[in-house]
Amino acid sequence: MTFQLDATLAARGFEVSLSLGPAETIAILGPNGAGKSTLLAIISGLLRPDSGKAVLGGRVLFDLAADKNIWRAPHTRGTALLAQEALLFPHLSALDNVAFGPRSAGASGAAARETAMHWLTEVDAGDLAARRPGQLSGGQAQRVAVARALAADPELLLLDEPMAALDVHAAPLLRRLLKRVLAGRRAIIITHDILDALMLADRVIVLEDGRISEAGPTRDVLEKPRSRFAAGLAGLNLVAGTVSDAGVTTAEGMVVAGHHDGTLGPGQDGVAVFPPSAVSVFLTEEHGSPRNSFPVRITDLEPHGDQIRVHAGGLSADITPAASADLGLAPGMTVYFVIKAAAVAIYPA
Amino acid sequence: MNRRSGTGYTGIPPWIYAIAAAGAVFVLLPLVAMVAKVNWPQFIPLITSESSLTALGLSLRTSAASTAACIVLGVPLALVLARSPFPGQRLLRAFVLLPLVLPPVVGGIALLYTFGRQGLLGRSLELAGIQIAFSTTAVVLAQTFVALPFLVVSLEGALRTAGNKYEAVAATLGARPSTVLRRVTIPLVLPGLASGAVLSFARSLGEFGATLTFAGSLQGVTRTLPLEIYLQRETDADAAVALSLLLVAVAVAVVGLSYRRPRVGVAPEGVFR
Amino acid sequence: MSIPRKHFAALLVAGALTAGLAGCASGPPVATGTASSPGASETPKPSGTITVFAAASLKPTFTRLASDFEAKNPGTKITLNFAGSSDLVTQITQGAPADVFASADTKNMTKLTDAKLVDGAPANFATNVLEIAVPPSNPASISSFADLARPGVKVVVCAPQVPCGAATVTVEKAAGTTLAPVSEESSVTDVLGKVSAGEADAGLVYVTDIKNAGDKVKGIPFAESDQAVNTYPIATVGTGKNKELAAAFIATVTGSEGKKVLSAAGFGTP
Repeated sequence: MTFQLDATLAARGFEVSLSLGPAETIAILGPNGAGKSTLLAIISGLLRPDSGKAVLGGRVLFDLAADKNIWRAPHTRGTALLAQEALLFPHLSALDNVAFGPRSAGASGAAARETAMHWLTEVDAGDLAARRPGQLSGGQAQRVAVARALAADPELLLLDEPMAALDVHAAPLLRRLLKRVLAGRRAIIITHDILDALMLADRVIVLEDGRISEAGPTRDVLEKPRSRFAAGLAGLNLVAGTVSDAGVTTAEGMVVAGHHDGTLGPGQDGVAVFPPSAVSVFLTEEHGSPRNSFPVRITDLEPHGDQIRVHAGGLSADITPAASADLGLAPGMTVYFVIKAAAVAIYPA
Repeated sequence: MNRRSGTGYTGIPPWIYAIAAAGAVFVLLPLVAMVAKVNWPQFIPLITSESSLTALGLSLRTSAASTAACIVLGVPLALVLARSPFPGQRLLRAFVLLPLVLPPVVGGIALLYTFGRQGLLGRSLELAGIQIAFSTTAVVLAQTFVALPFLVVSLEGALRTAGNKYEAVAATLGARPSTVLRRVTIPLVLPGLASGAVLSFARSLGEFGATLTFAGSLQGVTRTLPLEIYLQRETDADAAVALSLLLVAVAVAVVGLSYRRPRVGVAPEGVFR
Repeated sequence: MSIPRKHFAALLVAGALTAGLAGCASGPPVATGTASSPGASETPKPSGTITVFAAASLKPTFTRLASDFEAKNPGTKITLNFAGSSDLVTQITQGAPADVFASADTKNMTKLTDAKLVDGAPANFATNVLEIAVPPSNPASISSFADLARPGVKVVVCAPQVPCGAATVTVEKAAGTTLAPVSEESSVTDVLGKVSAGEADAGLVYVTDIKNAGDKVKGIPFAESDQAVNTYPIATVGTGKNKELAAAFIATVTGSEGKKVLSAAGFGTP
């Protein structure tokens, strides 16, 4: 029993097709405005696409083919939504918030409260049952919200950046909790944090400009990113272009030399991927090392661990603070990035 | 200026306080002048005369009925205006709010041509044996007509401020629209609904023009407190002033009591189940 | 509930109460007569400006008389202010600038003479009696005062507190008929409004009001009306600035020209 979705919404340039196994969790990654929330709104029935179809466990959620025009209301879909804010109903206690789903499904007051208590305990919030949302911290409220979503017994759990509004202490707690409760469940989680994808998701989908730019098992995507966004998440530099004997040639004519496994032939689309630590910075062009030396203009400098990360020309380099001081780097300067060819991986785009 | 400790920066320039004070005086001075004009030795007999008490009782009863009617009609109107965009929505809002800016007497004339004996609906109603003209029902209709926008405006504002995020979450948790309305929307906007109801009550209490034009004026049936004041003014200025003060006191009491509620509109658990 | 909203709400409440008491000012429709009548006035040439406070029922006649007067006496300007007689008395005693006061009854004029605000003795210049007003179709077939007491007939009268209502009470006593009105209105306009809209089967107002309402209502005279004859007095206000012009205008009202215009409007002669 899978979840299958095809949907287009022209007004937002949105066109996505995806499917999900019964106990699979996928993470949706992507820049702001890529259509991540649009995706969840369409699945949950809060937003109507122009066309498409969605089936969840044998039930048709919507089918907008001209001769069908099926549209299930949100409350009949079994797709509970957990947002960035907990959005606990302020006039109900934590327990009654969690009991809301079971009550709406027709359970008696007593049965609903019993279910609610079970889920509150499950998220380690049993002692918060009597509290009003106004008396809960952000982390506590989000835990109760998780219990509330789970108590509705959804066939598909939708999580829209559930950790984004939490402080650095609350987020890891909730992440561990989600790892526990999402095991064996079908869920879609929108996140900005690569750690969420690694810990919680079986697969990753990268959404850019309303379209899926990359999809695959989390580990593969992080190790061999094919989109610049995924590479950025993985902390890698990515140059896309055409494969040549020397390496990858970009549309601008820049050639990045590297090694590939031989399955690639010249003329194919490919990407060159390398870590910032493989990039050195020079003030002048190095003599005797003509390969992989590119003049770039520094856009930004930022601390990164015990290194300084230099952003320039869409690439980044990690150098020591001492080296940065010696070179006198500042935004606006033109420098030369020199990349060790041995550290450049080339594979098909 | 010597500020109390613990108060923060307000960002209000000092001269604003002077103009605000002038504004407050402008509103309060006429009330003070009226209080000064009250014939205090005769005050109690004046306001407890039979006609006064009858008018006060009628005013309170009809205002309560109008407020109830405003809630019944106004809540759905506010929901539709705040939540579901549809063609002609702006036009509908403009028409619903029209009684706010319309002279009440115009409202009365409009109601007369609707519910009157010769009116649009009145003729059919009369055939059905229902006579609205010169009845207490007419008073309630007139008051509802002028008070409805107050409830709609208040509630629509509260609904827009609250947004529909909670409703969306409730729906994905499996609550059908009626359940969402009963258990989420209404409790969330309860403070806005309450203040709207209070405003409607106050407006109903003060309603004069539409009632006079549409319902007439007969003691115990259609002569509400404002009509009684207007009539008393013809012969007995003391009685008119005393009754005016009574009306102000009732209005202040209603508004004052309503705004003593807690800041967050939290209904006691169990009310909405 | 935030504090600014509370204030906003309080403002709305204040507005609600004021709005309630506001929409009460509605007079009879303006009827301006501009035709100038022949015949020269004998009074010495007056000039300047005066303000005339007159009962609302005098609006059509006094508007006509004032414009005729101005036409015949170039250089004069007569400003008219119409309202209920008791309102006008209140305004004058509060210091409103009036030169002439024409009341719809002797009671209100007495209030002003008692306040020592009248020069000399007021002159009675017109009378008015009640008449039954019915919708043009006369749905309840009213033909006499006694018909008004028939069950099922919806009668609207003036409240006893206002002059036309007081006259109604007098007529009721004289006729030995007690009415059960469906409404006791505070003004003639409100009574006429209900009759012309067909809400009421009949109303009791002054004969001049019925004349002025044109064909919107039909008048039915009745014998008992002479039991309550209303007399209209006019006088110069003591605080007035232009006594000469005031006297000249009063002379016009009480003179032959005034009689002609007034009787055309349905007023009687005292």
